[in-house]
Amino acid sequence: MTTSSISKGCFVFKPSVPTRKKKKTLDAEDYFVNGSDDCKDSKLRFRICLDLWEDMKSETESVQDDLNKKILDSLLEFAKKSASSFMSREEDWASRMRASEIPVAALVLGVNLTDHNMTFQSLSDRLQHSVTPFVVSVQAKECAAVKYLLQKVLQRLTGVSMDKDEEETSTDLPQKSAHCFLRSLCDWYKTACKNSSGISPGKKRSFSQMDFSANPPIIVILKDLEAFSAHVLHAFILICSQYTQQLPLLFIFGIATSLSTVQRMLPHSVTSMLSIKLFQASSCTKHLATVIDKLVLTPKFPFKPSGKVLQVLVGLFLYHDFSVHNFIKGLQFCLLEHFHSQPLSVLCCKKQEAVVRTQQLSHQEMEKIRQLPSFMRFVEEQEPQEQVELLTSDEHLKELCQKLLKGLHRYHKNFFPILRCLHVLTSTLPKYPLGKQIRELHVTCLERNVWETEEYESAVQLLRILARDELLTALQKCVEILLPGKTKELRDALKQLQDLKDRLEQLDAYAHPLALDRHVEGRADDCFSENGLQKKTDLFQLQKTLLQMKDSRRTKERSPFELLRNETIEYIHSLVKMHLTRPESQPLYEVCYCTSSGTLRHHLNATPRTSLQMALTHPYCYLQNEALRNETGAISSAAPDICIVYKLHLECGRLINLYDWLEAYSTVVIAAEGEDPDPSEKENVDEIRHACFIRAVSELEFLGFVKSTKQKTDHVARLTWGGC
Amino acid sequence: MQITYFSFWTFVCIVACYSEIMSLQKRKTSKKDTGVLEVRFVGDADVLDHIVDKQDVKVSKDLVQKLVTDLPREKEGDEEDDDVFDQQEYVEALGAGAEDGAEGGSAAIGGAAVFTFQTLKRSNKMAQMATAWARTPVKNVTFSTPDEDASPPKASKRQDSQNKTPQKGKKVQFVSTTPHRLRKRLSAPNLKSDSDSELSPSDSEEEGDEKEGGEESSVATEATPKTPSKSAAAALYQTPGKKTKKAPEPSLLEEYFEAHSSSKVLTSDRTLQRLQTPRLDQETLCKLLDGNPSRYADEIGQLNKGHEKHFNKWMLQLQLGFSVLVYGLGSKKLLLETFRTSMLSDSVHMVINGFFPSITLKSILNSITGEVLDHIGNFRTPMDQMDFIVEAMRKDPDFHVYLIIHNIDGPMLRNEKTQQTLGQLASIPNIHMVASIDHINAPLVWDQPKMSLFNWLWYETTTYLPYVEETSYENSLLVQQSGALALSSLTHVLRSLTPNARGIFRLLAEFQLENRDNPTYTGLSFQDFYQRCREAFLVNSDITLRTQLTEFRDHKLIRTKKGADGVEYLLIPVDPGTLSDFLEKDVAE
Repeated sequence: MTTSSISKGCFVFKPSVPTRKKKKTLDAEDYFVNGSDDCKDSKLRFRICLDLWEDMKSETESVQDDLNKKILDSLLEFAKKSASSFMSREEDWASRMRASEIPVAALVLGVNLTDHNMTFQSLSDRLQHSVTPFVVSVQAKECAAVKYLLQKVLQRLTGVSMDKDEEETSTDLPQKSAHCFLRSLCDWYKTACKNSSGISPGKKRSFSQMDFSANPPIIVILKDLEAFSAHVLHAFILICSQYTQQLPLLFIFGIATSLSTVQRMLPHSVTSMLSIKLFQASSCTKHLATVIDKLVLTPKFPFKPSGKVLQVLVGLFLYHDFSVHNFIKGLQFCLLEHFHSQPLSVLCCKKQEAVVRTQQLSHQEMEKIRQLPSFMRFVEEQEPQEQVELLTSDEHLKELCQKLLKGLHRYHKNFFPILRCLHVLTSTLPKYPLGKQIRELHVTCLERNVWETEEYESAVQLLRILARDELLTALQKCVEILLPGKTKELRDALKQLQDLKDRLEQLDAYAHPLALDRHVEGRADDCFSENGLQKKTDLFQLQKTLLQMKDSRRTKERSPFELLRNETIEYIHSLVKMHLTRPESQPLYEVCYCTSSGTLRHHLNATPRTSLQMALTHPYCYLQNEALRNETGAISSAAPDICIVYKLHLECGRLINLYDWLEAYSTVVIAAEGEDPDPSEKENVDEIRHACFIRAVSELEFLGFVKSTKQKTDHVARLTWGGC
Repeated sequence: MQITYFSFWTFVCIVACYSEIMSLQKRKTSKKDTGVLEVRFVGDADVLDHIVDKQDVKVSKDLVQKLVTDLPREKEGDEEDDDVFDQQEYVEALGAGAEDGAEGGSAAIGGAAVFTFQTLKRSNKMAQMATAWARTPVKNVTFSTPDEDASPPKASKRQDSQNKTPQKGKKVQFVSTTPHRLRKRLSAPNLKSDSDSELSPSDSEEEGDEKEGGEESSVATEATPKTPSKSAAAALYQTPGKKTKKAPEPSLLEEYFEAHSSSKVLTSDRTLQRLQTPRLDQETLCKLLDGNPSRYADEIGQLNKGHEKHFNKWMLQLQLGFSVLVYGLGSKKLLLETFRTSMLSDSVHMVINGFFPSITLKSILNSITGEVLDHIGNFRTPMDQMDFIVEAMRKDPDFHVYLIIHNIDGPMLRNEKTQQTLGQLASIPNIHMVASIDHINAPLVWDQPKMSLFNWLWYETTTYLPYVEETSYENSLLVQQSGALALSSLTHVLRSLTPNARGIFRLLAEFQLENRDNPTYTGLSFQDFYQRCREAFLVNSDITLRTQLTEFRDHKLIRTKKGADGVEYLLIPVDPGTLSDFLEKDVAE
């Protein structure tokens, strides 16, 4: 059965034998295995990959939950309060005034629309869990008119808790008018409340489990407020406000931009019926920082993206979508790519497992290890005897590998706490020489040895003039960071820093007399200057005293604080130098680090237009035929027809005369074919060439470079201006 | 620091490159001041390539030569170095707001080359270029540098004896092989262009021929390569002194406004009627093209073999929740078809031809519900249908469906709602989607939320295969409409109408045929038509006529146009040949 037809666009294929139930779960694994060379380890690799991904995913989910916890809690609080105020309504004027208002929670979430779904999902789950069973969320694209909006709200509400009646309601609802809807909702709500307050019926599982208040509020979540049309919203709110006495309604607006959209969309007469409370969600950059913190800046996961990979991912986030969701997807792709392409990633797992697996490595894999650049570098540094042994004996290599892997894990365990310490110290410096965010510092550390950079130099210089209290707080934070560290080096560092901190604190005692001294000195200076002022100001005298003062300052010996400060900085510098070496310097780093930033960018952030352009202007890049080869960058005239036609059309203005185009094309092609040009035949273009030209032009039209136009006979219009 | 130019091409070139090299050096030295720099001259294009991007080793290995070799670094490989470069560019370019920052490693062209302003183009530039191009041999000469052995140009056998290159390594000089007459003719159109370009196609040829002898190009030609022998051809391109712009290259700004200043169309007035066979019909076209296979069939085959290696990876990624999107020049239908037959033969899958002119979202969804899910019955809205699909797929998580969409950017699928729905389909965990795009602006179809619904992984698959099927539906300008389809639809519709209605249509058709030679004919006005119909006893009131016309219009038999005076004009949108065929047939019946 073919897939081309002139009467049909969709073709469905079903396998003749229903093999559906057979080995479906193995599928992805099979493809993974087929895609790589050796099957024994690839299965294992795939499993490690999946496990690792599951871990990372659950971690991100918990991050997400934690992040929104606060704001969602306050939202829940708000919902509960408004519900209770509905119940305990008193009959005085003020509360009746307030009661006619619909409580609204405006949830400002930011422009990263793709992440909102997760937030709303958890929000409605929580609401249903603890406040009310009546939560309904609607999206703008479902509600082109008030009718549909009400319909959706009602369907979902009644469908949720009236399972038995669902059939009826869904069939007879659409015929009813919008007004009847809310009245029917009232009736429904009354019965629902009555049922719940009475002996709890079996079918209402949610009621029997949780103790909701007698009148649980009805919560309507409008996920994307900006996308709603204003008059739909207007009408909906007006209708709802008529029923505030009977129905405890509560709206949640999901807003991407700012609260002023509400004012812009709705007239004052409508907004006055709402009592809006603002809830500002944390920004997506903060979310990203937490995710990076939890997934990347931790020795917990053996898989590490390299600096470039991180840059690509963060670049995508910052310049394209602000979506943490996509960032995580990118990370997932990296992970997959790493395990798929790097056979030694079988060792990319927990330390104990890795050590065990090293024992099971085959000879081939040992050879692969020997070919790793980082390992080769390592071998070259060894004694000749050792070198020979490493390159010949598998057993010896295995032992060494275990050692090296342990070393790698240890390196990671030290790397991240020290990185954090350095960030704590430098993130408060003016102009942020090493970056405001820890991810920037991290990337720098991954790319090169950080202490060799100019930025680091300037940061250290700034650190050397840090005030005492700033230094103390930074040290305090460092100590807190290092506290949970388990390796020997970290504990040493902790001890040292603690010691330095103590000494700095003790300096108080010394510092006081010193400060007093200085104070006195300063007073003396003041006196002196006062005297100077009282005296007739003599220019020479002034110069002399100034010089004196300068001299004294220069020669003044450093205070104990300054000495201690220098010592601290020196120590931190030594820590940085010891632990923040770049990962490339570690043997076997290829096992853990995913370096394929190029593939990542090709697959996540592709540029179809440039590749098209490339194929049109430099066919040799794709078709390795000598005839197409050209040093100067111009296209050879033997290029495929479409390339020639494209190149010719670049020389035209807004409109292109087809006849001229055809003629130019045939000139080029004739020359390329090396035919002896016969003047008499020139008048008529060869039919085959004509056909080729037609095809090339219609392909250009299909690609969107030209389009037909009625402006002039036999002309086409050009649609692009690039590539000239 | 030691700079040596091993090879000189032209002085101009060197000057052009020099600044770039210097800036390169500056960057290099600032990064590492210990290295001894060795600079050799490679060539303009390669310098650019080097600067812009060369991440993808596959492509760039042939293209890019190392311009600056930093000796101590050589061991480590310069890939990282370039990467850093790249990143900087990336960020810079993004900051500038242009898309060029996002250039993929695969393309050695930056976005700056792709997205530029409109520049002023003279009408005969294309002809000039073609002649100049034709004069260059098929295989360009390699400018060999002493230290790298240039592969002897294999293809040089194609060169005519005239085209033998001087071996001095100086400027390459070509002797023209195109006949004088052709060149003259090619440059002829410029004559007309300045004066009467707005005119409709006319017999401009005679005029052109008269003037041909003494014609001078009125256009400044900067880039024309000079031929050594001052042949007539070269003289053709020399510009008369008074019209030549003496000014140096105008600035970008001036060029922009110059290009946008006049709305006049500066093209020649020649039409395809000058050809012996002005328009080929679809059949002959196919026949001709089938008999003319591509010159690079081997290379294209190899290229496609390379793409097929990814199939396993695609399947893996599809299983893990990604969707695969292929892009690049050339038809990808065959590739996806191979993918389908080799990987999907034992799973349920569906092929959607997005380029099919009458594909609709409804037909796609109906195929899914009706044929894949075996559901009998209709749905009120696509939304309901979507809900049904989501629910059905959720209930049976082991049931996987693969969707292959050729040209998801097809004209009928471009609208927002369709893409949204397709995105929702793609986001269902057990529906897997593979799609292809071709249009240059295709990515604009998706905004961020849609992108995340689809969750694309992009794969560049340049195939260079002709878009046979994709373009066959399109009514190309150059292809003669055989009219067979239009004719049969006309007869079919009319056969089901009343005799009176047929008469009405006949009347209109005849009138239109009478006026076939009148270029200003805009159609028959409604009042006139009514009069005629009355006289022929076909209608008794204008309401009857209107009802009839509405029916015609619904079947797309006629088109109405409002004239300048507000009167409705009626027109049959069929070419005269088909119309007379129809009338003949009608009479015969």
